[in-house]
Amino acid sequence: MSSTQKNETNGLPLPSTGLWGWLNRRTGLDTLLRTALYEPIPGGARLAYVFGSGLLFIFISQVVTGIFLALYYVPSADHAHTTVAYITIAVTAGSFLRSLHAYGASAMVIVLLLHLSQTYIYGAHKGRRELLWLSGCVLFGLVLAMAFTGYLLPWDQKAYFATAVGTNAAGEIPWIGESLKRMMRGGTEMGTLTISRFFVAHVFLIPACIFALVASHIFLFRKAGAAGPVTENPYKPEQKPELFYPRQVLMDLSLTALLIIGLGLLCFFVPVQLGPPANPADAQYIPRPEWYYLPIFQWLKYWHGAASLIGILIIPTVLAVAIIALPFLDRSIERRPWRRPVAMGAYAFVLFALVGLGLRSQYVDKHDPGVAQQLAKQKAEEEEYTRKPFEPELSSASLAAANVSLADPLAAKGKIIFEAQSCNACHGDAGIGTAVAPKLIGVGAKFNAQKIKALLKQPSAAMTQGGMTPSDVKDEDLEALIAYIESLK
Amino acid sequence: MCASLGESENTIRILSASGSPLSSRRSFLGALLGVGSVCVGALLSVPLIRFALFPLLRRTTERKSSPLGTLNEFSTLTEPVMRTIQIEQVDGWRKAISERAVYVTKDTKGNLRVLTSVCPHLGCTVPWNKEMNQFICPCHRAVFAPDGTRISGPSQRPMDTLETSVQDGQLQVRFQYFRQLVGDKEVIG
Repeated sequence: MSSTQKNETNGLPLPSTGLWGWLNRRTGLDTLLRTALYEPIPGGARLAYVFGSGLLFIFISQVVTGIFLALYYVPSADHAHTTVAYITIAVTAGSFLRSLHAYGASAMVIVLLLHLSQTYIYGAHKGRRELLWLSGCVLFGLVLAMAFTGYLLPWDQKAYFATAVGTNAAGEIPWIGESLKRMMRGGTEMGTLTISRFFVAHVFLIPACIFALVASHIFLFRKAGAAGPVTENPYKPEQKPELFYPRQVLMDLSLTALLIIGLGLLCFFVPVQLGPPANPADAQYIPRPEWYYLPIFQWLKYWHGAASLIGILIIPTVLAVAIIALPFLDRSIERRPWRRPVAMGAYAFVLFALVGLGLRSQYVDKHDPGVAQQLAKQKAEEEEYTRKPFEPELSSASLAAANVSLADPLAAKGKIIFEAQSCNACHGDAGIGTAVAPKLIGVGAKFNAQKIKALLKQPSAAMTQGGMTPSDVKDEDLEALIAYIESLK
Repeated sequence: MCASLGESENTIRILSASGSPLSSRRSFLGALLGVGSVCVGALLSVPLIRFALFPLLRRTTERKSSPLGTLNEFSTLTEPVMRTIQIEQVDGWRKAISERAVYVTKDTKGNLRVLTSVCPHLGCTVPWNKEMNQFICPCHRAVFAPDGTRISGPSQRPMDTLETSVQDGQLQVRFQYFRQLVGDKEVIG
């Protein structure tokens, strides 16, 4: 009652009648909505603050498109590529949804980098925001892990070889590298167990962690309050606040609209391709990671042998620790970038190093004629594969039946007799058995050829009872028939 | 959260002191945003719905027609001939290929007719008996004429005819299974 009065004095009466009023009395939904929307932003709404909401939107889009893709996807080395080809080529809107999911991953990395940069440049991690920053760092790692694990799942050439390189890089880490690599791959080589592991990580483990961390990230953000502009005191906001709703909401929504339009157009006009199925024996294939992993890819090229300890372990660890521990290391309340030359210098250095490494990797590929030619060929193969009509996968049962006839000519002849004599009418195709008669698979192991011959000529009492008639085929045909029965394993 | 709720209530009081004109403008904007979001959401769910309803829009499972041979081959037919056909059954992204025996024969008017070799009684494969000029099922001695009509035995109906078509001079047949032990032909798969 008192809260209704309080809100009425604000000119925002709580609804007390109708469906919405009833729903609110039962759930407190309206109060929750108000808490979400009437968050004060010191210094007012700004376009610079839109990236967090943008990330949340892409994450939701990834969850939704991911769930829908799982309607058709099968995580196994046998079927992964076929099912992704089915999604891409055959299913209505499949290419669009898969593109949305794949480009969404890139969009997520871009918006994440913008969000991180904005936070860092604005010094918005200062003033009792250590845990907020920490949860953000973990989320960054989880998003990159999502991109890495999701990349393998289509099981085409690109996916297979990029992940082979990625897991090999993990294997370079001293001491634990080899075990880590085997752990990730589910064995020494990449295979169907690798898909299972990556699938479980991509669909269950990492998303669960992301959900939990997004919740804590938002909770910690609301607990600390919005940091406001660079001139604001990070501990005690002094500037006149403006509520999140409506202006900041509108700004956030305009980024969302921009993302929807941009991704929609991209997915419609430049859909993601699917290459030929993974062929581990292809020694020609040159793997290249997705753009956001290019800097790391290039960086790893420079470190070999004993020095690799420095390049692969020490430098990245120092960098990661420095980034994670940032709010503990930098305790000053100064937030204006022009008064933080060391922090801004470090940021510019890392940014230029990453961009430089990425560009360098592109440059090297373009200027090596052999590599450039092979990469162009791979791209052409991808386009060609995606253009071809979908060809369903032959089920293993029909393959087994076909193989029998190929292996042994006598058994092949026996198969024809088996069918001509209507044996399959009761014992089923390829002797799989029916409701009327038992299966013949494995009979060859139970009885020798002579016993089978005897039973065919003179069925036992139980067999006659079941409707088995004595065979009247010629002896040479009987031999073929027995050879066929013995081949049924 | 609780702390910020208290703060936000204070600020609401500060910012919305002007009263009702602001609040009505805000609720109008809220309604506009709500309607806009619902519209955009509906638009975005179109590809999702189309994706999920794909099995309703297209055939995802089907048994394809199998070629039997050219029409010329069968023009001089005097008695039923057995042909083994490969049946391609598509099931979503996979397909299974199985083999089945069918008979090409002629009806009383001399038109080509394709019979399944599955006996309508209990499903045994019915062989053609050249000497008797009849189909005689080895299991329970159901007997049929060369055009498939029932002569004697336990079967309640004639041998089942299959749907045929002609493509580029090729006789095609679509294999089907029918319910056994009943008088009327009823497709089961």
